[in-house]
Amino acid sequence: MSRRLRVNPIACEAHGMCAELLPERITLDEWGYPILSEQPLEGAELQNALRAVQACPTFALILERDAGRRRD
Amino acid sequence: MSASPASLSSAPAAVTAPAGLPRLLASVLPDRAMTLAEHTGLHGGLPALAQPRGRGGRATALIEELERSGLRGHGGAGFPTWMKLRAVADARRRALVVVNAVEAEPASLKDRTLTELLPQLVLDGAILAAGAIGADEVIVCVSAAAPESVNSLRAAIAEREGAPGPEGAGSPPRLRLEQMPDHYVAGEESAVVSRLNDGPARPTFRPPMPFERGVGRRPTLVNNAETLAHVALIARHGAGWFRELGPAGHPGSALVTLAGPVADPGVYEIAHGASLSSLIAAGGGTTEPLRAALIGGYAGSWIAAERLHAVALSDEHLAAHGASLGAGVVALLSEQACPVAETARVARWMADQSAGQCGPCVHGLGSLATTLEELSGGVGRGGGALPRLERLAGVVAGRGACGHPDGAVNLIVSALRCFASDFADHARHGRCERCLRESELPLPVRRPQASTTWGPGR
Repeated sequence: MSRRLRVNPIACEAHGMCAELLPERITLDEWGYPILSEQPLEGAELQNALRAVQACPTFALILERDAGRRRD
Repeated sequence: MSASPASLSSAPAAVTAPAGLPRLLASVLPDRAMTLAEHTGLHGGLPALAQPRGRGGRATALIEELERSGLRGHGGAGFPTWMKLRAVADARRRALVVVNAVEAEPASLKDRTLTELLPQLVLDGAILAAGAIGADEVIVCVSAAAPESVNSLRAAIAEREGAPGPEGAGSPPRLRLEQMPDHYVAGEESAVVSRLNDGPARPTFRPPMPFERGVGRRPTLVNNAETLAHVALIARHGAGWFRELGPAGHPGSALVTLAGPVADPGVYEIAHGASLSSLIAAGGGTTEPLRAALIGGYAGSWIAAERLHAVALSDEHLAAHGASLGAGVVALLSEQACPVAETARVARWMADQSAGQCGPCVHGLGSLATTLEELSGGVGRGGGALPRLERLAGVVAGRGACGHPDGAVNLIVSALRCFASDFADHARHGRCERCLRESELPLPVRRPQASTTWGPGR
């Protein structure tokens, strides 16, 4: 099952740990908030992403099931 | 897809379906609310809901009728109404209905007009929707800054005391009124739910969506007030009647708020697909030459005057102009106004209206507003401002917990396209003499102050 990164923008406080740990998928904007790649994650990349998720001090970074399309 | 419309419209005092317009605004009085007796005389009593067929004996035939009708939400997002009802009806726990009449959009007056003058029509729709999804409670939410609507709704709810619900739906739902803080994002669906859960009236991170876990952790149907008024009429007259007006892709009628230099600005009911020219004519015609029209509201899109004669007010048509009807705002801008200054003022207002929760919204909308103010204030010379606006717009969109930053960015990008030569002139030569004119777009003087503005929490 592939996963996709998502950030809870309310919880995010721009610590920037995620971009340190997963620079190939996460960059920071000029205020330090993460900009995530939309691509689904699999295999070794998914493992790296999981480390970034666990490192977030505010639990703002999450991995969602790729299939779970949301409606608004 | 086999329930007959007749099963939905077997009201004892069935009233002939009105042909043409007005529908919602039929027999509306300009200065007071229609009473329950007058409302029942005009529309008949609550129609019976077809025999229980869904989970827990829910009268889901109305949901199928709404699907056939093609009714979409009138709060701004235009989501198919039946899908929302279906999602809540399919949930396990007892549902409730939230009527969203908060209408925080400064240029929009249609929901407060509807709840002030025709509160019983809105309650009808809410009670019928509650019957269809098995809800035992209806909470009507309105802005504390709309005292006329608060008073009308309070009186209308009192009039319903002891009145029976629709046949086929069990006992009628409890009705209650709640006032919401006067703030742009306080009318956003998840903010309304948060406030009703005794939290701040700020948007929340989703999931869970309100239809999954909303007020009191119960599945919650949040519908715009006008949407429910349409539900009240579809339940009586059927989907076929609803589709008699408007194009197949965007059927029915809509309340629109016409603002700007016309003789009679205000709320009008149009058939979807009506020409903008006919709306302006209904508003007594323009009082000044036009520069452009803002369609949809402050999250909407500009269309330049030279294209306005060809504009029809339906989403399928407006899409070609990069616009949508949204919450039904049509704000006209005269040639006297400076579009750069108008955009800067709205952008600053939108930035001030951020709930202050999400970094990209707080910093991004602030930076966009500051850059626009530099252009309209005359210190933006050098040309860096325009690329900066484009870049910021790209960075901010899609990065909030709610759609507020996206809406603000949509308006700004649309202004950059529609008024490209004005923006280029301001970047080159600084402010124009029209920059200092008073704002034409309606902007209330309300800014976030103490945290009490939002209600408790954080």
